[in-house]
Amino acid sequence: MKPMSIIETKNIHKVYQETKVPVNALNGIDLKIEEGEFTAIVGPSGSGKTTLLNIIGGLDLPTQGDIIINNTNIKEFSSSQLIDFRLHNIGFVFQAYNLIPVLTAKENIEFVMVLQKRPKAEREEKAKELMEAVGLIDKMDHKPGQLSGGQQQRVAVARALASQPRFIIADEPTANLDSKSTNELLEIMAEMNRKYKTTFIFATHDQRVMDKAHRIVTIDDGKVVSDEQFNR
Amino acid sequence: MLAALAWKNLWRNKLRSAVIILAIAIGIIGGIVSDGLMSGMTDQRVNAAIANEVSDIQIQNPKFLLNNEIQYTLPKNLHLVQKIRAYPEVKGVSARLDCQAMATSASAGSGIVAYGVEPSEEVQVSDIHNHIIQGSYLNDKQRIPAVVGKKLAKKLNLELNDRIIITLADTSGTITSGAFQIVGIYKTSNDRFDASAVFVRKKDLAALLDVSTATTHQLAIRLKDNNQTDLVVKKIHHDFQQLIDQKVITVRSWHQIAPLLQSMIAMMNMFSYIFMMVILVALAFGIVNTMMMAIMERTREIGMLMALGLNKRKTFTLIMLETIFLSLVGALVGLIISLFIAHHYATYGIDLSSVGKGMNSIGYSAIVYFRVNTEFYFTTIFMVIIIAIISAISPARKALKLQPASAIRDNNL
Repeated sequence: MKPMSIIETKNIHKVYQETKVPVNALNGIDLKIEEGEFTAIVGPSGSGKTTLLNIIGGLDLPTQGDIIINNTNIKEFSSSQLIDFRLHNIGFVFQAYNLIPVLTAKENIEFVMVLQKRPKAEREEKAKELMEAVGLIDKMDHKPGQLSGGQQQRVAVARALASQPRFIIADEPTANLDSKSTNELLEIMAEMNRKYKTTFIFATHDQRVMDKAHRIVTIDDGKVVSDEQFNR
Repeated sequence: MLAALAWKNLWRNKLRSAVIILAIAIGIIGGIVSDGLMSGMTDQRVNAAIANEVSDIQIQNPKFLLNNEIQYTLPKNLHLVQKIRAYPEVKGVSARLDCQAMATSASAGSGIVAYGVEPSEEVQVSDIHNHIIQGSYLNDKQRIPAVVGKKLAKKLNLELNDRIIITLADTSGTITSGAFQIVGIYKTSNDRFDASAVFVRKKDLAALLDVSTATTHQLAIRLKDNNQTDLVVKKIHHDFQQLIDQKVITVRSWHQIAPLLQSMIAMMNMFSYIFMMVILVALAFGIVNTMMMAIMERTREIGMLMALGLNKRKTFTLIMLETIFLSLVGALVGLIISLFIAHHYATYGIDLSSVGKGMNSIGYSAIVYFRVNTEFYFTTIFMVIIIAIISAISPARKALKLQPASAIRDNNL
């Protein structure tokens, strides 16, 4: 049976009007991403990777075109609906980790589940399970400042998984990491992809990420210029 | 978890939070110490006025109040005095003669009010006997004694054992006068009272007026607790409604006798609140500034929280809680320090004689004992919360305007 498409972009355009000269960041992106994919979106700087990821992640809306997630056109959503949609459907991993510095690793993971109003016992069990999965069970009570960059990013992955999202968006997640940390992080993500069938969508320049990806979508000047599948 | 996060966020920039907390604390201390001082002064003035001058309640012939003519006396109704004296709230009742008169010494003269009192009754009602600075209070062994205030003694150049002539009109309008010997000189915190009130024995003044000793112009009633004034006035009204309706007697509480005192209390209270409000409004600008800086520094983080699913209501609540916590910590620090200061000065008093010359001339004591005004403290906390909420609106709105995508990008790349 063909896997279900969980994300579909239809003729997505995005024009930034912030300067006197409008900037066309996306120029008609048509893309389908299916459940369980481990996809890298690659392209040179300014090609529109982050813009596309923001639109897929419901952080930004397209100027034109539709973005269908789970058969729902999120372009029609109000900002409140979008926030709620993100909370229950999308996980985020950012380049700069973006953990909450005053909370411990465990509390950072629990935070999203608190927003989802999940019971305390369930939150604690899930946080423990995810910390175990990312190999940081002994760092549960450490604050981000007490963790290395690689460890922080692993906590960020655990946090992204905590909300049990339909897919995870990772924008340059390895950009600030050394090789060892990058490999460890990618292994964890690949394991999560295998174990939980979690869909991962990366925006990256990193060859090591591309080497792990099952599909590489290359965009340039806001258009898809190639879309390759790999059996890994 | 939002409250825990807000609390933890408060201590991220410890120096900045400490500065605004200190500013709030100092502001609160200023407001509360000022209230303690003003309330203390007012209380002392009111208590002194009740104790020395007006007592808690006075009963008089309503006509006497119009022009102080001495023929307008109270009915010789022992039942009235006995019944009021039996009230459990009443400390004492003094049946006084109250005459406008002229006092003259060998060198000068002055208008006075001569009070004819029964010493054993009067000490239950008035504290004048505790303010004797020279000589002694009235007693039955002395020969036509008088107790005068220090101010009057100075004005008339009087010393202990000197004689003064008290001249007044008797019930028939005939001018009469009698010599009294100064047996005591008192000093209260009110120079004007000290310059005019002369206390003599009732039997001596009655003899001078050619009236019986049962004649009374004023029943001065002192209560055990002056908060019960209204209650006792109601009781008297209930028990002697007929006499009141017939305009034989009129009953007045100290609020009515000295309305200036009452309005002074209200004015001082209002002044305290206005003063505190001005302080808090000034502090509000500091709070807004601190929170604005906190929001600007955390643009990326707030963007990230919104990306994760922190909705607008919760974002607003988070900023609101941070502001309230910040303000409340400052307020509590200020309150605790203020409590120590207020309690210290409530116990030992503060001597303002060096900076407040002439305090006595306007009826205030130079040593002021602060009042610890718990109601004002609670109101202050409430005002701080309101100010914090108002101060949080602008920073919270700024946070709500953030777009997660650009907030994350602005600082991320």
